[in-house]
Amino acid sequence: MSRKFKTMDANEAVAHVAYRVNEVIAIYPITPSSPMGEWADQWASEGLPNVWGTVPQVTEMQSEGGAAGAVHGALQTGSLATTFTASQGLLLMIPNMNKIAGELTPTAFHVSARTVATHALSIFGDHSDVMFCRSTGYAMLCSNSVQEAMDLALIAHAASLESRIPFLHFFDGFRTSHEVSKIVVLSDDEIRSLINPDRVIEHRQRALSPDHPVLRGTAQNPDVFFQIRETANRYYEACPKKVQSVMDKFAQVTQRRYNLFDYVGAPDAERVIVMMGSGAEVTHETVDYLNAHGDKVGLLKVRLYRPFAVSHFLNCLPASVRKIAVLDRTKESGAIGEPLYLDIVSALNEGTKQGRPRITPKVIGGRYGLSSKEFTPAMVKAVYDNLKLDDPKDHFTIGINDDVTHTSLPYDAEFSTEPENVVRGLFYGLGADGTVGANKNSIKIIGENTDHYAQGYFVYDSKKSGAMTVSHLRFGPELIRSSYLVSKANFVACHQWIFLERYDMLNSLVSGGTFLLNSPFGPDEVWDHLPRPVQEQIIAKKARFFVIDAYTVARDTGMGSRMNTILQVCFFAISKVLPRDQAIAAIRESIRHTYGRKGEEIVQKNLKAVDETLAHLFEVNAPAQSTSAIEMPPPFSPSAPEFERNVLGPIYAGRGDELPVSAFSADGTFPTGTAKWEKRNIALEIPEWDSKICIQCGKCAMVCPHAVIRIKVYESKELAGAPVNFKSTEARDKEWQGLKYTIQVAPEDCTGCGICVDICPVKNKAETRLKAINMVPQPPLRVPERENWEFFLKIPELDRRKIKPGAIRQQQIQEPLFEFSGACSGCGETPYLKLMSQLFGDRAIIANATGCSSIYGGNLPTTPWTKNADGRGPAWSNSLFEDNAEFGLGFRLSVDKQTEFAKELVKRLAVTIGGELANALIASPQKDEADIYEQRQRVDVLKERLGKLNFPEAKQLLAIADMLVKKSVWIVGGDGWAYDIGYGGLDHVIASGRNVNLLVLDTEVYSNTGGQSSKSTPRAAVAKFAAGGKPGPKKDLGLMAMSYGNVYVASVAMGAKDEHTLKAFLEAEAYDGPSIIIAYAHCIAHGINMTTGMQDQKSAVDSGQWLLYRYNPERTAQGENPLILDSRSPTKKVQDFLSMETRFKMLTTSKPEDAKRLWAEAQHDAESRYRLYEYLAQRKFEPAKPGE
Amino acid sequence: MIDLTTTYLGLKLRTPLVPSASPLSHEIDSICRLEDVGASAVVLYSLFEEQLRQENFELDHHLSAHTESFAEATSYLPTPTEFRIGPEGYLEHIRKAKKAVHIPIIASLNGTTVGGWIDYAKQIEQAGADALECNIYSLPANPDLTAAEIEQTYVDIVRAVKSAVQIPVAVKLSPFFSNMANMAKRLDQAGADAMVLFNRFYQPDIDLDELEIKPNVLLSTPQALRLPLTWIGILFGRVRANLAATSGVHGPEDVIKLLMVGADVTMLCSTLLRNGTSHVRYIEDGLLEWMEKHEYESVQQLKGSMSQLRCPDPTAFERAQYMKAVKSVQHVMVTSREAWRILTGD
Repeated sequence: MSRKFKTMDANEAVAHVAYRVNEVIAIYPITPSSPMGEWADQWASEGLPNVWGTVPQVTEMQSEGGAAGAVHGALQTGSLATTFTASQGLLLMIPNMNKIAGELTPTAFHVSARTVATHALSIFGDHSDVMFCRSTGYAMLCSNSVQEAMDLALIAHAASLESRIPFLHFFDGFRTSHEVSKIVVLSDDEIRSLINPDRVIEHRQRALSPDHPVLRGTAQNPDVFFQIRETANRYYEACPKKVQSVMDKFAQVTQRRYNLFDYVGAPDAERVIVMMGSGAEVTHETVDYLNAHGDKVGLLKVRLYRPFAVSHFLNCLPASVRKIAVLDRTKESGAIGEPLYLDIVSALNEGTKQGRPRITPKVIGGRYGLSSKEFTPAMVKAVYDNLKLDDPKDHFTIGINDDVTHTSLPYDAEFSTEPENVVRGLFYGLGADGTVGANKNSIKIIGENTDHYAQGYFVYDSKKSGAMTVSHLRFGPELIRSSYLVSKANFVACHQWIFLERYDMLNSLVSGGTFLLNSPFGPDEVWDHLPRPVQEQIIAKKARFFVIDAYTVARDTGMGSRMNTILQVCFFAISKVLPRDQAIAAIRESIRHTYGRKGEEIVQKNLKAVDETLAHLFEVNAPAQSTSAIEMPPPFSPSAPEFERNVLGPIYAGRGDELPVSAFSADGTFPTGTAKWEKRNIALEIPEWDSKICIQCGKCAMVCPHAVIRIKVYESKELAGAPVNFKSTEARDKEWQGLKYTIQVAPEDCTGCGICVDICPVKNKAETRLKAINMVPQPPLRVPERENWEFFLKIPELDRRKIKPGAIRQQQIQEPLFEFSGACSGCGETPYLKLMSQLFGDRAIIANATGCSSIYGGNLPTTPWTKNADGRGPAWSNSLFEDNAEFGLGFRLSVDKQTEFAKELVKRLAVTIGGELANALIASPQKDEADIYEQRQRVDVLKERLGKLNFPEAKQLLAIADMLVKKSVWIVGGDGWAYDIGYGGLDHVIASGRNVNLLVLDTEVYSNTGGQSSKSTPRAAVAKFAAGGKPGPKKDLGLMAMSYGNVYVASVAMGAKDEHTLKAFLEAEAYDGPSIIIAYAHCIAHGINMTTGMQDQKSAVDSGQWLLYRYNPERTAQGENPLILDSRSPTKKVQDFLSMETRFKMLTTSKPEDAKRLWAEAQHDAESRYRLYEYLAQRKFEPAKPGE
Repeated sequence: MIDLTTTYLGLKLRTPLVPSASPLSHEIDSICRLEDVGASAVVLYSLFEEQLRQENFELDHHLSAHTESFAEATSYLPTPTEFRIGPEGYLEHIRKAKKAVHIPIIASLNGTTVGGWIDYAKQIEQAGADALECNIYSLPANPDLTAAEIEQTYVDIVRAVKSAVQIPVAVKLSPFFSNMANMAKRLDQAGADAMVLFNRFYQPDIDLDELEIKPNVLLSTPQALRLPLTWIGILFGRVRANLAATSGVHGPEDVIKLLMVGADVTMLCSTLLRNGTSHVRYIEDGLLEWMEKHEYESVQQLKGSMSQLRCPDPTAFERAQYMKAVKSVQHVMVTSREAWRILTGD
């Protein structure tokens, strides 16, 4: 049978198998496993059959708990079923996993192992999640590479059917799940040959069926539960042999052999590492290297971790072993050691007990690689070196500098095992420029057109706008086990000029290597524009230096900002990894293959770019001396506080790995107000204010997603010392007569989305293309506007008591306490958060569900949540995805309790602190800014008086005195949280009657994980997990919330009616009970032009696709209908809105007939919904009187 | 029995009433309705090459924008393995229309590249269209482009399409040529089987509240009739190609007038959008009633009877007539008939 090579990542590799051997697949998105579900959904929507010729049912559930439940049900009724997950998702599956295992049900769950959230969430990989499943009764099988992930996925399914033990098949999140590698793809015949049809039939026969009914899932008592629990023993005892037997058969079919444990290295090794996961491949490579250089070391790879086969393990260890280091990719605080370590110690002890005392090695344990921390040959060598010591460090860490508890092993970062025959490339790009896509394509070309092996791994930063990507590529004649980042590259490409000043890219370039720079400067002038360190390294490393003006080529060939094809051609033209002509021909073929389905125009555009590239690629003759005076600036301004400069700054600069343990607080606490130090300068154009025609409506500031457009109203005396170009005009508002007015842009924080210009209602009468705010090139304004911005910040904020919060033109001068987030350029969510921060931020406490808003809100290095001049601002935390409403309710309960206690103490201490003050503190209504101001004054007086008192109650009151000022609790999250995974909690919280404010940032998909369908997704929208267009309607969360009667509910869309949004926020916060605001947020996942996202919002409302309304229970007190429908009758058809967005429109090209039907149904949905709300809002409101 | 039949593009039509390219042909159901109310053929809405290209670019842009930028989401929309982009939807529409009705289906194409014209024309032919109308719709705004270059482009397109397909080819023209008659002659020589007179161009309006250019399309008024009436009257008998009148055909009288000046068919659009598809029947009834009353036997009899060649006062078609009407202007004008002679050497 000929072997079919393909390049893919482990998610695709695993999905390839899982899809083919299952009939029911329940899915739910979670990083990094989401792509497995996405593949399954897409294949099902395209009608791809499994190996038995039927198309699996792929169903998205509301949570991983739901997915596990659905799989459990499918298994119990005789289907072959599976699911995919990671981290918190896996934890939610555990209850069902116990049941599935307890019922001896064959299945395999595929897990891209990911860190479980502790002091922080992390999307990256380690084994902390799978280790939680040790007691579920699942067999656990670990894959170390992409090839293994495909192979062991099949072995897991086959062995599960053979053994009746369910399997948890896992592989390292990101390092393996997202590594693109050249692998041999299992054919359907190979897959079929491994699955024993008799076992499938037996599984069917055990199914629940009314045709042969049985009872399962009983409740049992002390008399028999225990015994029955022991009935499963023989299945577990038999399982390892059955797994080995499947592995043997797999070897016969594919010529690839796996064993329960695999030993590599010197047969007479005395020092052995035991481990599992991708790190084992690094160790394998290092063992080969060390042994080739005279060492005698070994590695034992654990594949079947549960059931742990002691005798297989002992048989696998060489008799010569004297010392074992067990490496765990997890941490269990308080345990004697990490799980694998404990298992190995136990296994050796078991061996001894079983009379196999042939080896009694010393065993030490160590932790490595938490949250995808790099694990390199240098670290492996350090572990072996540690084992050489008579008294090796035990319970060590490797890969960090623990300067607090001194657990870490030192290592020589320069040690390298990279073979000479491997081409290693590092590519620095921006997310938007197509660098990663180009590199994935290069891997495909080399992997699928040559005998070479290829590997690609891609590192992204945490920003959603202006994100840097670093691609790590390897190509070589041998199997590549190097599952670590490239640190010694013979090819470095910098695809963005701005990175030159920010990152020391050439540090990784080997001597004599090649440096490609995308430069607006040609070969004769580029040298003089390079920073000094870049020049010096080019000279010192005798690097070959090439430049391409990819911006120009991209523009001239119609490629826009995507330079993928251009830079790929450069790589092949220079690197000589393939003969040039062959490479170019392969690129051309690849373009036809990749873009053919998108139309000939797209193909031609890319082919043209190939030709143009070669004509614009030049080698630069570097002088012998560096001449540049351009230095690389520190990441953060010297005026930033120490922690920001010394800790957050290095993280921002990509040097977080160098920070020691002592740099951080022990509980995951970080300061707010830190995004302002980043100064990312990612905008090519920024808005410029025309003070002469501006009507001072405040709309530009309101919609700005990044809070870079600020307004201040101030006394004219504040202009003293203003920079020459600082703009100021008379405030137009009559209430601010005599004051000055300035709109200032933060030039280095703007992302250049242009949404402010789009919303500006003013046109320049002489030149109607101009508005009162216009986009202009950033570079010439960077320095002067930076000076203006700094001056602007020094102007004091207007006293909040002089601002009417109900009118946007005034309200928008309130200081935003949410600024410069890393959200997407033009984000539709952040304007709502910023508005909330302006209105209530100085007394807000925010519970934020996991999702986009928790990432741009709280992903290191910085946070956009900030403080005002008094040091007050939102306090923010993220607990989980599923529990956010409950988490926020906890805030409320806690605040209320402390406020109540504080009031009690005030009463008790009234005589001491002064009766008048005490009465005022307790009686303050705190209805508006003036009340709040006065209460704060009182609390200051109280604290001053309490500070002088030295008895317990006074001290207690001092500790909670701030609780006497009203706190605003906000529970924030996306629709994935509110409609799906967190709905149960949300429902309970709004039913609680407590004064909490829920803000649902409704993008109608799971945005953060890549646009998967939620129950908020409207009918006809194409989304992941709804690749064929969502067949059902959007859930009406607002209507459900209204059913309680005592919940304030608002549905808003800022782009449709901003005053309505403002009114809803004010009413929701003022309502002394639960409030929920459902806010329409346009999103990149809609496939729209983000500059005009507010127009999409307006169109959604104008067509009736989205309704504006407020349901205010307070109106019932006046005998009024609580529901006010703020939307007018639709003025356009739903299709007019749908046509604006790719998420709807693409169905017309992929499934035109379905699109036609679904669009008609969407129109019907909108009309029905409008009629229902119209009826509810217009009906005569006659509440039943008490006693009726 | 009055004979309403006419021949257009080699197709024997029951009446000279043909709905022109418009949204009315977007749905197969409405094409069926047009047949039911007596339309003798239907020109489908236009396939715009530029629009297809633009849509492909947009789709490609939105499917690739934001991809591979963020660890948790390397893409935001599923990418189907197959797209039905390009003209497939239009071709399918032709196939369905052909199956659904018995009247001829005339496809309409607006290309932007010679390759596009040829490729799409071939595909339209293969899809089963009875004829093709080339909707050469360009509004040159480039001051460096000469009239000669533009005219040559028209001729080249007609030649290219004619050499690519076997089905009859009509060309829908703009009236804005320095010498319409010369243009007609050259297109006639290039092989056009019919000329559709005239295309109505997009002309922007200004929204005074928003200070924006509004791309609204105005429905034609009966006054628009005069332009095709003039030129069909002049061209009748002088070109081999069939002549179709479009613009301003609102009632039976308009049809009669256009037939009288020489139109082989009259095309209906604005009036159907305004009055509904059943207006075809009303016009046919009106046409019959008038012919009956005035004792005409056939459309053939009407056709060209008032053309410049056959009318009592040929100068009535000429621009000089306008000069006479405006007494103050005293120019010596070359009449259009004289112009035609000079151009054709007749």
